[in-house]
Amino acid sequence: MGNKQTVFTHEQLEAYQVGMMDQAIGGLFYRYQDLAPQLVPLDYTSCPDVKVPYELIGSMPELKDNPFRQRIAQVFSEDGDGHMTLDNFLDMFSVMSEMAPRDLKAYYAFKIYGVCADPRVGKWERTQTVTKLTRGELSTEEVSLICEKVLDEADGDHDGRLSLEDFRNMILRAPDFLR
Amino acid sequence: MSQSPAFVLNVLETPEDPEGSQEPSPYDESEVHDSFHQLIQEQSRWVAEEGLELQQRQPGTGALGASDDDHETLLGPEGAPVYSMATLRILASMPSRTIGRSRGAIISQYYSRTVKLRRRAGRPQLRDMGRSARPSLRLYDLELDSAVLEEEEKRGLLVKELQSLTAAQRDHMLRGMPLSLAEKRSLREESRPPRGKRRAQRRRGLLSCCDQLRDSCVLASHNLGLALLSGLQALMPWRYALKRIGGRFGSSVLSYFLFLKTLLAFNALLLLPLLAFIVGVQAAFPPAPAGPVPTFTGLELLTGGGHFTHSVMYYGYYSNATLNQPCASPLNGSQCAPEAGSLPYNMPLAYLFTLGAAFFITCITLVYSMSRSFGESYRVGSTSGVHAITVFCSWDYKVTQRWAIRLQHDNIRTQLKELLAEWQSRQRPRSACGRLQQVAVLGLVWLLCLGTTLGCTLAVYTFSELMIESPVSAEREAVLLLLPLVVCLLNLGAPYLFRILAALERHDSPVLEVYVAICRNLILKMVTLGILCYHWLGRRVGTLKDQCWENFVGQELYRLMVMDFIFMLLDTLLGELVWRLFSEKQLKRKGKPEFDIAGNVLELIYGQTLTWLGVLFSPLLPAMQIIKLLLLFYIKKASLMANCQAPRRPWKASHMSTVFVSLLCFPSFLGAAVFLCYAVWQVKPSSTCGPFRTLDTMYEAGKVWVRRLEKAGPRVSWLPWVHRYLVEDTFPIYLVSALLLAVIYLNIQVVKGQRKVICLLKEQISNVSAPLSPPPKSLQASLLPRIWAVERDCLLSEFYQLRYIVHIHQSWRRPGCPSARTPLGRGLQRCFSDDPTPNPSPPEVAQSCPVGCPSLLPAQLLDLPSPLGQVTAPTVRVTRAGVCLDGRGLSPGPYPAQVWAGGSGARVSDGRSP
Repeated sequence: MGNKQTVFTHEQLEAYQVGMMDQAIGGLFYRYQDLAPQLVPLDYTSCPDVKVPYELIGSMPELKDNPFRQRIAQVFSEDGDGHMTLDNFLDMFSVMSEMAPRDLKAYYAFKIYGVCADPRVGKWERTQTVTKLTRGELSTEEVSLICEKVLDEADGDHDGRLSLEDFRNMILRAPDFLR
Repeated sequence: MSQSPAFVLNVLETPEDPEGSQEPSPYDESEVHDSFHQLIQEQSRWVAEEGLELQQRQPGTGALGASDDDHETLLGPEGAPVYSMATLRILASMPSRTIGRSRGAIISQYYSRTVKLRRRAGRPQLRDMGRSARPSLRLYDLELDSAVLEEEEKRGLLVKELQSLTAAQRDHMLRGMPLSLAEKRSLREESRPPRGKRRAQRRRGLLSCCDQLRDSCVLASHNLGLALLSGLQALMPWRYALKRIGGRFGSSVLSYFLFLKTLLAFNALLLLPLLAFIVGVQAAFPPAPAGPVPTFTGLELLTGGGHFTHSVMYYGYYSNATLNQPCASPLNGSQCAPEAGSLPYNMPLAYLFTLGAAFFITCITLVYSMSRSFGESYRVGSTSGVHAITVFCSWDYKVTQRWAIRLQHDNIRTQLKELLAEWQSRQRPRSACGRLQQVAVLGLVWLLCLGTTLGCTLAVYTFSELMIESPVSAEREAVLLLLPLVVCLLNLGAPYLFRILAALERHDSPVLEVYVAICRNLILKMVTLGILCYHWLGRRVGTLKDQCWENFVGQELYRLMVMDFIFMLLDTLLGELVWRLFSEKQLKRKGKPEFDIAGNVLELIYGQTLTWLGVLFSPLLPAMQIIKLLLLFYIKKASLMANCQAPRRPWKASHMSTVFVSLLCFPSFLGAAVFLCYAVWQVKPSSTCGPFRTLDTMYEAGKVWVRRLEKAGPRVSWLPWVHRYLVEDTFPIYLVSALLLAVIYLNIQVVKGQRKVICLLKEQISNVSAPLSPPPKSLQASLLPRIWAVERDCLLSEFYQLRYIVHIHQSWRRPGCPSARTPLGRGLQRCFSDDPTPNPSPPEVAQSCPVGCPSLLPAQLLDLPSPLGQVTAPTVRVTRAGVCLDGRGLSPGPYPAQVWAGGSGARVSDGRSP
């Protein structure tokens, strides 16, 4: 990176390393810049307030066909609308990278699946998750039955909702997930 | 109406709520409860002293209405309050009211405290265990705290904690936190030690030019570092290729290629010491050629004989001399080293020990990787929760191709449907006839498979006997290829037969199907190899008396390996490419053939077993295996990309790779080790070639060396001693194995204990959280957790009190029917003493009241703060027969009989109704 011009100041670069597991900040910056060359300036030393809209983020090959792309973009964007600043973008990639700690991944997966603390909302989100996973090709009864069983199994403290602890417990049991 | 505010249990506003310092719990209530009787007595005394103004009832309302409308009419026509102030006062200060009030306050406070505790610290007793060493992200889940103040306090604590760490640790910790990059940056700025910050600021102010220079230097070095890093990543083999495979086929197919990579590493590990200490040294000091070297014809690449026979490839080439020996020592045949006085190099010893060490290293690595993968993929209690894991953890985020994603959708849908079907079929067990049929089919298929295996074994055995009987001349070496050809043909054909047979039986779970297929193929391969081993060590050694049988075995293994490779290529070509073309052109089917992960991995394991078997007789066999694996990687990848699709079965990649590594360890490596140990300890090496040509067994080389050391002098006398007492004596071996067994047993016990602790903790979790919510159905049916039971008791006593008041109040309003058996009733009786009608007995009261309970009681209970509200709503029902809790009738217990007797259908006017 930075072979033609200075994109970041030294302080910025150092600060970015707080969040990055990969040291590939430069490469990621260019990917970010490629998404919207008109929007994103090549000089980031003045910390411009730029956001790339969700439509462009969602068209990246990594996310393009992922059924959860909207949720992912929402979770990582600042205002929950899917539009991302460079910081959010780097955040997303660092969490999704292979080297991110499992705890961190579990936390964000929890948010992506939206298994909220509120039991009713959680139920709706669970239904959504199942529907998205199966492209809506299961009947309503099947989906609700599955959701019920999911809650039965995953709700370790039997409080009728999936907490982060429950979710972490579950993810620990699935070593393949988000590797 | 004046009475209304007095009756509503507005608990939260009551000023007498105990605050802060001593927070009561429902347990404290038992004391209050015990004083209940006394309180009533006091009340009655007070009532008696003060005198009661009682409104005369109209006779028409003697029987109390059952509905609210009735109550309305009771009050309505008069237009004035039915009760005087004094009555109301009494009612308001009735024990149930006061007790209920304080109880409500207590419970609400208890609840809010619990909530506060939960919110603040989660479950401390669980949290503090084992997590103290590293920061848990649960400590930072800021979203749970709505209070800004608390958040800030937390943040301050966090910064303080970060400050106490070193810079590297801080960065590491920050990276693991689920915060946004901006947040992390500001936290980092805040937690940076102030001294350095100040200095940096000063410098920035004064020496901006110098600072710029430094910045650019740092940036340049950073760039250099990045470039180096990317170069390193390019060096990491196949990183990009593996990513592509993962993106197109998911982690299941990727696991095959990762396994291949692991095998490459194992072979490299095996090859390196062999190259350094055996092959390299022997190549540097080549022995005198035994005879004319045959010319290279090209067939050697297949047979491994001919030109290759007298080369570093095979055992026979290695000398039994001490290399690098001064010329003075008269050792047969070996060359004199040019420089005298350097260290002597005993080739037999080197051969033995290097092989031993290489095998030992492989063994350790294998066991280590196996245990690690076991730890990752099989955790305690990981068997449950298959639905939840399927829903939340089965999406493979690696996959990016559209068709692969569609396939994944379909896979998950099928899996979920299968799970549901399985669950439903478990609800109604299969009939005995069906089960019998299944067992019969299973048995038949297994019999057929084992029969096929037996047939293959017999074929290999007869063919090998045939080969022994008709010795092959050196010119017609191609005939030697027949035995490997037969073995490989059987190995190729039998799995297809197994697959056809497996289509007959129907297994409950697809995973079981995969395991069964693996098991059958494995049995076939291992039995065939076992027969071959017997053929080599048992039969060939006898027939090849004048020749070098080790070379022959090495060549046989080489041939087998090459044949195996060729057949793998054929399988790829026919099974994948031709089949795809055929199905596309002829059958007009859209789907491509699936990539058979289990079969391919088994092939890899088989090839690796061959390498391990042959490494003693042909030290360069691992190099051949490496070349084979490299080629295989590219061929398989190309075929996969062009011809295959991801398997349709749900595939737990980590479980499967664990299984594969353990298969590699158990039958494969262990079998090879047993074979080699037998060859080293028991079989007499051939007397014409190889490093052990003068010895009875290969192991004797070590013994000879020890004897020589004994003679050499007292300096190394400990070594012979060690040899005599530790290696030759059997007792230490027994001791070590006994210790090992003990350690394993202890480990098992520890794991058992941990499992028990986990169960207890789970139970504790459900106990803690149960009272705050309706218990799940399973708990309702089986066990009520302890706290839940306490809550229920509180609820019941509350209920009894209310019933008691209801009864008294009712009998009081009814002319002349106060119950004379209660103190209050006795006190009241005086007021009605002039009434001529006799007191009705409680059952009569019950009969006189129309059944069908008003909603008052639960409503009043529901006035209590939320926990009780939550508890009562689903569980306490007021029915015609009385009160039911969870469908179980309540027994009267220690409470006065008339409470029960007067109970059903009773009602009281509550303050809210007007």
